[in-house]
Order: sequence, then C-alpha cells, then structure tokens
Amino acid sequence: MLAYVVRRVLYAIPILVGVNLITFALFFVVNTPDDMARMHLGAKRVTPEAIEKWKQERGYEKPLVYNAIEPGVRKFTETIFFEKSLKLFAFDFGRAEDQRDIAHEIRTRMGPSLALAIPVFLVGLAVNITFALLMAFFRATYLDFWGVVLCVAMMSISTLFYIIGGQYLASKILHLVPISGYAGGVDAAKFVILPVLIGVVSGIGSGSRWYRTIFLEEMGRDYVRTARAKGLAESVVLFRHVLKNAMIPILTGSVVVIPLLFMGSLLAESFFGIPGLGSYTIDAIQAQDFAVVRSMVFVGSVLYIVGLLLTDLSYTLVDPRIRLE
Amino acid sequence: MLMVLVAGCGEVWNDPYPRSERGANILYAAFVQRPKHLDPVQSYTVDEALFTRQILEPPLHYHYLKRPYVLIPLTALEVPKPREIESGTFTVYEIRIRPGIRYQPHPAFVEANHELDAQRIARLGNPYELPLGTRELVAADYVYQIKRLAHPRLHSPIFGLMAEYIVGLPQYAENLKKLNAPGWIDLRGHALEGVEEVDRYTYRVTLKGRYPQFVYWLAMPFFAPIPWEAEKFFHQPGMELRNFTLDWWPVGTGPYMLTANDPNARMVLERNPNYRGMAYPSEGEPGDGEAGLLSDAGKIMPFIDRVVFSREKESVPYWNKFMQGYYDSAGISAENFDQAVRVAVDGAAEPSREMLERGIELTTAVAATVYYFGFNMKDPVVGGHSERARKLRQAISIAVDMEEYLSIFLNGRGVVAHSPLPPGIFGAREGRDAMNPVTHVWREGRESRRPLAEAKKLLAEAGYPDGRDAKTGAPLVLYFDTASRGPGDKARLDWWRKQFEKLSIQLEVRETDWNRFQEKIRKGTQQVYGLGWHADYPDPENFLFLLHGPQARADGAGSNSSNYTSPEFDALFERMKNMPNSAERQQLIDRMVDIARRDAPWIFGFHSKDYTLRHRWLANVKPNDMAGNTMQYLRVDPALRAELRRTWNRPVAWPVVVLLVALIASAVPAFVAYRRRERMAARPAA
Amino acid sequence: MTPVVLATDALLWLLVAAVVVYALYCRRRPHLAAPWKRVFQSKAALVSAVVLGCYLVIGLADSLHYRSAGSVEVQSLLDRMLSVLRQKGEKTYSAPLGTRLYAKEQIETPDGKHVRDYPRLRHGGTHLEDERQRATDILVRGAAGLAAAAVLWALLYFASRSLARRYPYVPWRAAWMTAAVILALAGPIASLAPHYHVLGTNQVGQDVLYLALKSIRTSLAIGTLTTLVLLPLGIALGVMAGYFKGWIDDAIQYLYTTLNSIPGVLLIAAAVLMMQVVIDRHPEWFPTAAQRADFRLLVLCAILGLTSWTGLARLLRGETLKLSQLEYIQAAHAFGVSDARVLGRHILPNVAHIVIIAMVMDFSGLVLAEAVLSYVGVGVDPATTSFGTMINSARLEMGREPIVWWSLAAAFAFMFVLVLAANLLADAVRDGFDPRVSVGGALAV
Repeated sequence: MLAYVVRRVLYAIPILVGVNLITFALFFVVNTPDDMARMHLGAKRVTPEAIEKWKQERGYEKPLVYNAIEPGVRKFTETIFFEKSLKLFAFDFGRAEDQRDIAHEIRTRMGPSLALAIPVFLVGLAVNITFALLMAFFRATYLDFWGVVLCVAMMSISTLFYIIGGQYLASKILHLVPISGYAGGVDAAKFVILPVLIGVVSGIGSGSRWYRTIFLEEMGRDYVRTARAKGLAESVVLFRHVLKNAMIPILTGSVVVIPLLFMGSLLAESFFGIPGLGSYTIDAIQAQDFAVVRSMVFVGSVLYIVGLLLTDLSYTLVDPRIRLE
Repeated sequence: MLMVLVAGCGEVWNDPYPRSERGANILYAAFVQRPKHLDPVQSYTVDEALFTRQILEPPLHYHYLKRPYVLIPLTALEVPKPREIESGTFTVYEIRIRPGIRYQPHPAFVEANHELDAQRIARLGNPYELPLGTRELVAADYVYQIKRLAHPRLHSPIFGLMAEYIVGLPQYAENLKKLNAPGWIDLRGHALEGVEEVDRYTYRVTLKGRYPQFVYWLAMPFFAPIPWEAEKFFHQPGMELRNFTLDWWPVGTGPYMLTANDPNARMVLERNPNYRGMAYPSEGEPGDGEAGLLSDAGKIMPFIDRVVFSREKESVPYWNKFMQGYYDSAGISAENFDQAVRVAVDGAAEPSREMLERGIELTTAVAATVYYFGFNMKDPVVGGHSERARKLRQAISIAVDMEEYLSIFLNGRGVVAHSPLPPGIFGAREGRDAMNPVTHVWREGRESRRPLAEAKKLLAEAGYPDGRDAKTGAPLVLYFDTASRGPGDKARLDWWRKQFEKLSIQLEVRETDWNRFQEKIRKGTQQVYGLGWHADYPDPENFLFLLHGPQARADGAGSNSSNYTSPEFDALFERMKNMPNSAERQQLIDRMVDIARRDAPWIFGFHSKDYTLRHRWLANVKPNDMAGNTMQYLRVDPALRAELRRTWNRPVAWPVVVLLVALIASAVPAFVAYRRRERMAARPAA
Repeated sequence: MTPVVLATDALLWLLVAAVVVYALYCRRRPHLAAPWKRVFQSKAALVSAVVLGCYLVIGLADSLHYRSAGSVEVQSLLDRMLSVLRQKGEKTYSAPLGTRLYAKEQIETPDGKHVRDYPRLRHGGTHLEDERQRATDILVRGAAGLAAAAVLWALLYFASRSLARRYPYVPWRAAWMTAAVILALAGPIASLAPHYHVLGTNQVGQDVLYLALKSIRTSLAIGTLTTLVLLPLGIALGVMAGYFKGWIDDAIQYLYTTLNSIPGVLLIAAAVLMMQVVIDRHPEWFPTAAQRADFRLLVLCAILGLTSWTGLARLLRGETLKLSQLEYIQAAHAFGVSDARVLGRHILPNVAHIVIIAMVMDFSGLVLAEAVLSYVGVGVDPATTSFGTMINSARLEMGREPIVWWSLAAAFAFMFVLVLAANLLADAVRDGFDPRVSVGGALAV
C-alpha cells in the first residue's frame, strides 16, 4: 500500500512538470515582461527607465531559459524559467504584482473559500442523494417523471441566473441576509447561508439526475431481486441494500472533488464579496496578474492529482476486494 | 435555516457588521480597488489616497471648505515662499515645521523591536501586537522621505519629474544604485545636495530654475515624513514574508492610524491617540454656514473614533448596502442615477423622493478632471496642420454629441468640456466666455451644439463630401483606438459608431487591452482615442501641459498623447507656466485655449462631476477633490443611525415560511404513495 | 453587394453539410438508421428537435454575411431581415411594448416650456396618435399575428402529412403541437415588432429582441464548432491510445492527464489572454472589426475544444481497448490485415456512437460555459452579441430602480429554451444509441 502511494506520488512529478511547461509557455513566451510592466505601472508619468526598474525588481530582466553570460550552473538558474517556474515545485510562489506574498495570501484566503465550499459540497451531496433516492423509489410513476423533468429544467439554467435572482430576492427585497461581505468565525454563517443555498440549488439538477441513474442501475441487480423475493419491504431494500452499494460509486466519484474545494468558487465568491481563492483568481485574471494566475494553476493541478490519488485509495477502503499494486 | 438566522442575528438580519460595533462612533465606508501601495513614495491613486491621506501628513494641505482651493500649512508653520538665488538659476524653499508633533504609537519607535527573532516575527499577526512607542516629528524625517524618492528599490512615479528640479537628485539615485546594497539602506548616511536639514524643525529644498508649482507637491503624501526607524523595523528578515512592509503599514502623524489591513475584505483606521488635534475651520465659502458646515467651527478634530472600510467590488451590493444604511455615504453610479437623483428644470440635481424620505442628502461638485477624445496629430488623415485635416477634426468635434454621451453613460454626472480647464481651476472662464465657438453657438442665453449641417459643410470643405473622398470616391474610414474594459463596453462603442455615422464616416473600433493601447499611444500609431486626466494640483499648468509640444508622447515620454505641437501655444505655455495667477496669466491662457480650440487636437470631452450621497446622520460633508485628508472633519450620529437601520431593514420572513410549508405539503402525496408501495413488497423492478 | 465568408460561417455551413451527408448515408444503411429511429420515437426528442431547428434557422440566417456596395460594414441575412429592429434605435432604455423612454429628460413642451418627463420614443409606438390606444392596438396587432400564424400552421400541417404517412413511428402530433406553440409566439411578435420594441431596448436603445436573436448564432457556434475542433484530436488520440497500447498509450495518457489537471477555467483564461495579445499585435490580419470579433470567437471555440477533448479521448480509449480484445479483430491481426484497415473498417465504425453522444451532450454545457466565461472577462469579443455579454450588462441593470428586467429576462428565456431543448435531445440520443455511456459536463465552474 505504502509502496503504491509512493509510486503514485512519483508519477505525479512528470505531470506537474508538464503543467509547468504549459504555463511557462503561456505566460512568458507570449506575454513578455515588458507588457506586464506597462500594465502595472499604469498610465501616469511612466518612463522606459521605470519599466526596466520594475522588471529588474521582479527578476523579469533575465533571459527566458538560457543565460549565456553567467558561468556554470548559473546559466540555467539565472533565468526566468528557473526563477518563476521551477521554484513553484518548492511551493515558492513569489510575490504578486502588488508585492504581497502569494503563499501568505493563499493561506489566509483558504478559510473563507472552505467556509463556502464545504457546506455546498456536504449539503449538496445529502440533498442530491435524498432526491435521487426518492426518484428511484417512485421510479416509473409521475413523481419520477416530473422529478426528472424538473432536474433537466434546473440544469438548463445558467448559474449566473441563480446567483443574480437569489441575491436580488433574499437580500434586496426580503432583507434576510447581508447582501455581500464576509466575517470570520461564527459570524460567517449569515454571510455564507445564501451562497450555500444557491450553490446547492444550482447543483440539484445534474447531481440528483446522475445519482438516480446509479440507483436505478443498482436496483436492477440480482441481489436486489433476491432481497425482494425474501419479502423485504421496498424501503428496507432501498435503504439497507441499494443505498449502501450505490454509495461506493457516489463517494469515490466525489472524492476527486474534495481537494479542489480549496480552490473556491469563482462566481459565488465574487458576487457575494467573499475574500476566498475563487475571487482571488478572478481578480488576478481581470488584473492580468500573471504571477497569481500561474500559482493558482499550479496549486489547482497539485490538488487535482491529490484527488486522483485519494480516489484510488478510497476504492480500497470501501471495497476490500480491490488491491492496489 | 430559519433557526440559524434567528439565532445568528438580532433584530435586523442583514447587518454585515459584528454586533459589538452597534452604536459605536464608527464611520462605515467602502473601497472598490485593493490599494496597491500605501508607501508615500509610490502611492499615487485616488483609492490609495483614501487611506494614506488620513495617516500621513505632508507639510501643507488644502483648506477643507474654501474654493477655489487654498493651500494652508498642515505641519508647517507657514506656506513657504520661494527665494530665488543667482537671479533665478536656483530657487530655495525653506520649510519650518511645528515643534511638538508626535508620531502615532508604533513598534518601530521601541529600540527592542529592531532586533526581533525570526520566530517572534513568524507568530506576529499584526505589528501593533508589539510594545509601542512614539517620537517627536523632526525636519530630518521629511528630508529622509525626499531621499527615498530616489531609492533604487522603490519606484516613485514622480521621480522623473522631481529629478528635473531637485538639485542633485539624479546623481543621488545613481550613487545609491551603485551601492548595490541589499536590505535597508540608511539614507541618513548619504547626503542629498538639494535637500538639507537646517535645524531640528527646519529643512531646505533647492530647485533648479523656477518651479512655482512645487508648493502644490508639498501638499501631497510624496513629501510626507517617514521616520528612519520605520524603515529599519520593517527591513528585519522575515517581515516581508508576512507582508509587514512600509508599503502596507504606513506610519504617520495624522489623525488616524491603520490598525487592521486586510485589503481583500476590511481595512480599519483607528484614532491616533498621539494626534495633536486640529480645530475645525471657522470660515469657508459663502453658503457653507447655511449648509451647516460651520456648526462645528473651532471644535477639536477628529470627531470619529474609527473608520471601517469594507471591500465592495460590485456596484449593485455597494448601492444596496448604502440604501440599507450600512454605508454612511456613497458616490452615485450611473445605474442608480434615476433612483437617486431628480434633475430640476434648471439642470440642478436633487435627490429623488425616495431618498428625501430617507433623509439622504446630495452634494455635487465638478472634479478637477478632463476626459478627452484626441486625434493623433502625427496621423496622415486626421493629424497635421493642413486646412483639410483641421476642418475634418472640427467637423467631427461638432458631430460627436457629448451632451448625449453624458446623459446616456454618465446620467449627467459631468459637464461638457469646452477647453482643457475644468471649472474652478484658475484660467477657466464662465458663461459665454467659456463656450467653445468652434463647436457651439450661444442661443437664448445658453450654449448649444452647432447643427449637424455645419459639420457636414466643414467635412465637404475638408474634401470628404458625404463621407467620401472627393478625389477617389472611397468612403472615409477612421479608427477609434480604445482600451477594453470588458463586455460592458459594447454599448459605448456602438454609440461612438453612431456619432461618426451622422457624418457618413465609417468608424472602426480597434479595441485592445491596456498594454497594447498604451503601446500605440507611445509609438504614436493611434488615430482617434480617448483618455482622461485627473489633476495633481489645482493649477492650469497641470492641464495645459497635456498639449505642450515638447512633452509629446511619441517623441519622448511626455503626457501629450495627441502629439500636438504649435509653436505659438508652446511659447505661451513656457511663459504662463512660471507665472503667479494674475490678469496677465489669464490672458495668456485665453489665447492658448483659443489656439487649441481652432486646431481641435481634441474633441473636448467632459469634466466629470462627483456626486456624493450621504445619510442624515453624517455631518460636515463637502467634496474636496484636492485635500483627501477629509475623514477627520466628518461627524456621525450613531444612535440615529442604529434606529434608522432598524426601521429600514425589517426582515420579511413570510415567503420563507410559505416556501417551507409548500415543501412539506408536497411531501404529503409522496408519503401516501410511499405507504402504498410499502404494502406491495415483492414487486418486479420497473 | 459582395458576399463575405467569415471563418465561423464557413465552418458552420460545413457542419450542416456534413450532417446532411451523414443523414443520407444513414438512410441507406438500416443498422445506422435504427438508433436514430429510436431517438425520434421519443416525443421529447422530437419537440426539442423542432425547437432546435428554429434556433438553427435563425443562426444560419445570421451566418450568411455580405457587404453592400460602398460600405465597409458587414451584414448578415438576418440583419437584413430584421433591419426594422436594427435601425430603429432609441436613445436609451425603454420597457417592452413601451411608448416612452425609461429615463426622464428635459423636454420642450409645445408652448415652449421645459419640463422633465419621460419622452416619447423615436420609433416604438410612434404610429399611435394617442397613447391610450396602445392596449387596443397591441391586441389588434397581436390577434392579426395570431391569425397569420394559424394559417401558416395549417399549411405546415397539410404539407407534412405525407411525411407523417411515410414515417408512422414518429410522434407527429408532438411536432405539430410544438410548431403551433412556436408560431403562436412568433406570429404576434412578428406583427408587433415593426411598431413596438417587443422586448424593450437596452442602455443605448438597441432592440433587445434583436440582440437576443443575434446571440443565437454565437451560442450555436460555441456549442458546435468547439466539438468540431475537439473531434479529430479526441478521436485520433483516444483510438490510438486504446489500439496501439504500449508507449503510445502512455504518452497520450500523460498528455491528457496533464491537461486535465490544470483547472479548466484557468487554462482557458490563460489561453484567451494569450490569444488576445496575438490578435492585438497583428491588426493587419483583420481589415474589419467583424472579422476580428469572428476570429476571436473561433479562437475561443478552439481553446475550449483543446482543453476539453480529454473526456472524449478517455471514453474512446476504453471502448477501443475493449474492442481490440474481440475475437474478430484478433483474427484480423492474425491474417495480417494492416492497422490502418482494422482501425478504419472495424474500430472507428464501432465507436462512432460514442462520438455522436459526446457531441450532443457537450452542446448544452458549452452554451452555459460561454455565459460564465464572458462574465469572467475571457469570453467572446465585447463587440459580439452573446447571451454572456447580455447577462453581463444586465447584471448592473438589476440594481436600477425601477428595475430594468427585460434584458435579463430575454437572455434567460432564449438561453433556457435552447439549453433545455439541447439537454432533452441529448438524453434521447444517448438512450437511443447507448444508455450506458455517460459523458461528464463540459466545464465545472
């Protein structure tokens, strides 16, 4: 088991190298440091010297991948590629354009992101499973039919509409929750309750429809028929047998998302003014703060790979027959 | 959900602030952009001034109430008079500061805090957790800051400009660069020729030549004092990693100090206990007394204990929170204009009925800005001094209906510009004299835009009858270069196309990102473009230099983006620049403005208006475009605020209850069906 | 008048041609036609197909561009048909079917006084002498439209009866009902539109109905062209990985795991920002703004395609892996049949259904993604009308008082119907072809 984990971690390295190369090509080859300097120095009273100075301070004055004037190893270390891309592997993200430390920023913004993402994930899972179970229980009745229609209809509405509508109704008209903002600790509840609700509702459509398929597939299996033949009540069959077995694909399917919860939600966070990583990313994209976007790409990739690993491990945990070699 | 809501909040559910703050003497404000720099060497934007100006005190500032703007001493004893030596080759400013001013409490003033161990720094959540100390403000602190303008690792936006004037500054920057020292450079050990400390409370700045505008710079945070201890303190290893830098934690002598700094969510200014206290002004502009702006005259400021700034990126929540009473004042965005403001018959704005019911008051003022749409004078079609190009420019200037632009996109929050000078700046004229005769005519006591027929006639004279080249018959296609600001631009760009269509000119919009746009301007490859200018100081020089030939952008790094050159204009500019305000100066300015109007290098756009709304519990509000250090003048009535917030924000819970009941009700048929199913146990799978 | 062929036009028409060829090809082969027969036995599929057909007609009409003599402006056939809507701009907002502007203005009364009031519109409802006649006028015109729609429907009904006899298994009643509903909506709108702004006007006074109709082409382009870009890559790499195994499989798997592990939105944002720079550096490539906007749309499709081909590749790899174990393919190998022949004759035809399912399933996700990307600021060119840009500007309108709801409502309705129809059709297609395949959503935000 341990050997397997070690090997999987080693496999992750070439993938991260690939991610790194792609981001390097996107951010430095195409958008030159000169462009970035001009972008960030603004319009008032900018001289070419100021641009040089800006680049120098951030280490963007070096060559991209090969530094001919330096001796020995420094030919490769005194380059933008080494300084800006390879150092990511040591989780050394450097500084954003406003000179704040990116790692520090990520640490402080993780909390608000999780305060929103975890409830959405957990409540969403519970609600979706409940709805799916109900539809599976009433399969082939009008309840099931209209349930599915409702799901498809809900899937067809853009998240933007859920957010705009929810915010308008709950905050502006009914005065139920603050319109935007965030506070740490217990106070967070009143700020996240609406975004959580919206997050859950907007996910019901696709979520419950998917779980319903899983339940129905499970209900067609032989052991279910046997259980029914024994004369067990439908609810007992459903809750004791079907639910238990269907949880395996549901849970293992969800595990891959868990690490990505750290990345936060791009839309909800910026609409509701929650200072998490999602709004950080959007701000960075809009301000073209490439140092931040680069770091977020890297963090996202690492989390995704962690998620894949966790998925594999969770298979062995829920089903002892699966062995990892 | 209902339970959480009821448990979590008191009588109002939507209060975004903690309960403990209710009823406290706090001012609530919002900030839209994260401040990038709070170090006075680098800070230059209005968003940053919101914070820096409350903390840092340059020697001079502007009178809060008087208009036109008047410079008065802040920490200085008087406004320094320039003294010319060697018959104007050099000018000397001697600034004497008031003794006995003390800095805010800060850990930098405690010797022991200069050698903290790495672990202590790593555990630090906020610099103010350390033991705090203070010290008297001395002239050397001002000298230290001026030296910092040349610091090799800080880049001050005004370094280039100041290097032209302050004696020895360019050489000083060179020397510091050669030093190549990592970590803290103790600038006290490096003398700067043009800036010297005369005694404990006096320092002297020597400038090359004459530069009367220098006193205005002395009212900006670039010339605020920085104690060397602060630099030493923040340069300890490990501080920067925790974002403890002077750029984020400014140290000053002003009425407030920054005690919480989370630029993503919340910034807090706390009353500086060491502040000497300034008296509220007892005189102002005529009408200020009636407006209640003098009722606090002579009282010691600041009045408010704490200012809480919340980050509000989106305009919709910003506006709604203001209406709910959670911000004490707000600027008006165009979207909310109709709700907020009714414009009376004479064009004066007043709050709408809903706002009057809530007791919200409106203050308007034309800002010291000019937004212009320029022609690149280097362009072969629209540029140059030929009669043909000039007539084309004039024709377009008439056709582009700025009045309509203001009413659609700014909802009237601006006045059409007839010259580069906004009202309130010396040199700007009023009434009929202010009108640009090229684009407007005086009719029935007001100016009105010349009819389109005249523009068409000019266009025909320029050789483009009906928008076609008279010789080749090819349609005239012009290019409008603009920096994109996102999908919201579409409407604006469509409008621009419509304006040129009126003359049958086809307008292609070349929209690019800010970088590319700047690059085009720098290289002088743009054709028609738009830019804005917000004045640094209230002097006509700070507007007219935008058309000064030697400062052409494409030839150097000036701010004259149209690359306009006119020998006559330039000669007048040189004379006008160094002159005190006088009738003679006014004459020079009038002539310059006339030349610019005739040559029409710009479609004079508009001067924007600041509309500020405030709730009735906030007193002493008067927009001041120059001063910035305005927080200390304000006063709030927390009890009234708490009461009004309660009445405006009664939660409406019944729809939630209805929704819950409906959900439960819908479960009933499901339950019935469930019972039925339960009874028929062994049933084949569907 | 010279025709102008924009890149996306060419690709859209190419796609239509390909679909027609495929349909003709299927007709002669019962085993290929059978799944489609199953699809169109479903009422939901047929209803959706009719709805999507209407969208498609509008989108295609908007994909025939031309330039009238002596003008640089590129217009489409749809622009020409809707010139009534396009040219009748107001100054700023006006409510649906309104006769007055939504913002007060200084107006001069006939007796020379200035009052601040809501001015009459320049075009909407100007034919009315007295605004009190508005309700009756709308009713009369609406009824006339409805009557015309009824006639049209009857014609349609009789024309399609012979088809119904030839394909009796198709639930034609559902199709006719759908057509009736669409015509009942379109008729009155068509008869009202020349005289009123049926869905109001936006900030610069453009007709919202016109904007909504123009958005359709953008959505269709994103939904279909993206798949077109990802198809060759996804098919080639997926099938190769599953068929050749070994190091080729490893390399391809590495490639798609790497791409997959970069958060989708970020990769798209980075790539779009990058392309923006390239476009801006070469203004000479694009003589007109229309061409530049179109290129940007195409690039957006390409980027979306390049970042989302991985899902299809993985499915195809699995299926190919399964197929290559089958005896007849093993036998083909034993007889020394070349790889190319095995791939072309046996593998590809047998994975085709997965490709079709993936195509229809991705469509709705991509349409939704466009709105979100435009909100983030990495979507279509700001000059392009799309649901995303409509929502984005409408977002601020929700804060106005009184609220300006019609832009948002129009974008919502048009987009909801499109995505709903696409989802329902996708479900039916999947059920008809292979109910076991499940394709994940295109982009999770």
